[in-house]
Amino acid sequence: MTVIQFVILGAALFSFGVYGLLVRRNLVLVLLSVELMLAAVNINLVAFESMLATSELLGQVFTVFVITVAAAEVGIGLAIILMIFRNRQSANADELTLMRW
Amino acid sequence: MSLLLAAEAHFATEGGFFVDTAGIMLILPFLAFGAILAFGKKLPNQGGEIAVAALAINCIWAVTLFIQNMVSPVVTERVIEIGRIGSNLSFELGWVVDGLSVMMYFLVNVVGLLVFIYALGYMHGDRRVPWFFAAFSLFAGAMLILVAAPNLIQLILGWEGVGLASYFLIGFYWEDMANVKAGNKAFMVNKLADVGLLLGAAILGVVMGTFSFSEMEHLAVSGDTALAGVAVVAGLLLFFGAMGKSAQFPLHIWLPDAMAGPTPVSALMHAATMVTGGIYLMARTFPLFQNLATDARTLMVVIGTITLFGIGFLALVADDIKKVLAYSTVSQLGYMMTAVAAGGYTAGVFHLFTHAFFKALLFLGAGSVIHAVHSNNMSDMGGLKKHMPTTYWTFVIGSLALAGIFPLAGFWSKDEILVTLGHEGWTTVMWIAIAGAFVTAFYMARAIALTFHGTYKGHGHPHESPPVMTRPLIALAIPSVLFGLLNIPGVEWPGIGNFTQWLGVRGVAMGDHHAEGIDFFVAGVGLVAGILGLLLGWMIFSKDRETQQARDRFEVPLLYPLLRRGYYLDDVADGVTYVTMGPLARFANWTNTYIFDGIVNAAGGLTMLLGRFVYNGLDQRGVDGIVHGLTAATDGAGTVMRKWQSGRVQQYAAAFVGGAIVLAAVFMFVI
Repeated sequence: MTVIQFVILGAALFSFGVYGLLVRRNLVLVLLSVELMLAAVNINLVAFESMLATSELLGQVFTVFVITVAAAEVGIGLAIILMIFRNRQSANADELTLMRW
Repeated sequence: MSLLLAAEAHFATEGGFFVDTAGIMLILPFLAFGAILAFGKKLPNQGGEIAVAALAINCIWAVTLFIQNMVSPVVTERVIEIGRIGSNLSFELGWVVDGLSVMMYFLVNVVGLLVFIYALGYMHGDRRVPWFFAAFSLFAGAMLILVAAPNLIQLILGWEGVGLASYFLIGFYWEDMANVKAGNKAFMVNKLADVGLLLGAAILGVVMGTFSFSEMEHLAVSGDTALAGVAVVAGLLLFFGAMGKSAQFPLHIWLPDAMAGPTPVSALMHAATMVTGGIYLMARTFPLFQNLATDARTLMVVIGTITLFGIGFLALVADDIKKVLAYSTVSQLGYMMTAVAAGGYTAGVFHLFTHAFFKALLFLGAGSVIHAVHSNNMSDMGGLKKHMPTTYWTFVIGSLALAGIFPLAGFWSKDEILVTLGHEGWTTVMWIAIAGAFVTAFYMARAIALTFHGTYKGHGHPHESPPVMTRPLIALAIPSVLFGLLNIPGVEWPGIGNFTQWLGVRGVAMGDHHAEGIDFFVAGVGLVAGILGLLLGWMIFSKDRETQQARDRFEVPLLYPLLRRGYYLDDVADGVTYVTMGPLARFANWTNTYIFDGIVNAAGGLTMLLGRFVYNGLDQRGVDGIVHGLTAATDGAGTVMRKWQSGRVQQYAAAFVGGAIVLAAVFMFVI
């Protein structure tokens, strides 16, 4: 087991996330893609900590923080999406272009 | 008998509270001036009460100082330096307390207070009453500044101040163009004379290194050579200034016209105080004339003599009662000037002192009559004796005092002038002055006869003036009777001495002549001249006729028109002005039209061209171009860049990811 396998996994997972972020039109799926990117980052943090670092579980602690923040973010994000859907009967990113000139 | 007064500085005490605070007198009238202008209109007497109050407070100081100077003489001055001209000429303001200035404080404030009270009644219901009292207060303040002056600069300040107030009040009824012209005439004649005063002051200031009167007196007495060199020129220049203010021939022409002002103004300014400013100047600088500028004195005596005799004659034919008194004032100023010029410091100033009371009395009496009949002309009067007894009797007292009848004030002061003239060797002038006394008595008898006797020829029913006007008349009649007794030659009143001693209290001894006893010959001749004048005038004019012209027996061919036109002096003055000033005025007009206007027009044209260039070239194209360019650029940039802000979140995310990739590539391959 080398660190490179985990890095490749993380990179692949992050790329799927970016793909989903840019391509998906449903806002819930966009949010899921963001979660995917966060998961990729978490894998990297955990892998680097256990394979390379000598410190006191800094990577793991940081991962817990990221998960916490991600949970909060998903909570707020889903609430916003819910409100948008109620107002406009749609969660399509292409139709939500109110914030422009 | 010559007597040097022992009034040296060591004899004098240093003053006390009233001397230290005498400057209050100089300030109060100005405060009154401002207060009357500010809220005089709202007061029941239209601001008159403020003016009266200011002078009443002033009188406390004036009377106290006068009495203090009687009992223990004071010679001192209080000055503060205001600034310097160059390094050594200092400009100071302050007040002098010595015999002469104390006498003037007394005169200005006491006569002024009585005239102000009188004016409360006289001006009641008239136009612009607040302005009247404001300008009158302004006059009182300026006059006090003049007589308090410790130096020539402050004197000029007050001198111009009274001239300004005089101008305001002569032209007080400015709805009538003649009054405006009279004011202008007074101002311009005085300005002409002021040139002399200014030049004289400048010469004296430069030569002496100071404008101070007290230093000038000491330099004059010690015979300073530098001062002696310019004394005649400077003295004559000062005298020229005095000729204007004190209405000496031929610059007297403004004074009869000045009667256009309200009568209280004529009484206080154009009889009692302001016109004596020139005499005061001569008395203040007396040591200069007595010790150094002796050559100038002959001319001064001649001018004074012409004034006292020639101008007095004009009063014989005037119909306007105020003009009779005005010519009389000019004549009496001639007496004063002759006396001072001949070396009679005390004689001249004593006549100034007594004359102020009885001439103010006469003017106020005339004002009372005018108030009753609404006309200045004696041809509208007559028979007023039974209607206006108080005015009549006080007017008679004033006339007798003016005519020099024993023992009224005018007798003693005129006698002193005559005696001084005789003693100083001006015998001819003395006889002319005695003849002048005859003329004086004659025209006063005429004025009384035409005004108060015979039958009334005016309109309506004249009534005696209210007490506010008659009481000042009575108050002025008392000094007109009694104040001559202050200076009986050779008589010293117990404890206080006499007027000669009070007046002699100066920084230096005046060295003028004082009689030690009554010269019965001169006094007798003067008295006889006065009585003869009165009797003759009474005989001619007391007979009642229907009109003024029929009564006026003085219509001698040639002489009558000559006198009626005032020796044609006004026409001469107009002619001289036309001949001398006409070409100058035309030249000034020509230069103004063609040269100055050309310069102004050229400057204007250039300015317009410059303006056009600045507008079209710089502003429209330059500044506006920059502004428009900036907005266009901003607008263009906005049009291009706003398209990037599509509102599509995923485009932003793509740009963000793309940017991150580019940055990552840069970090990996470039750095």
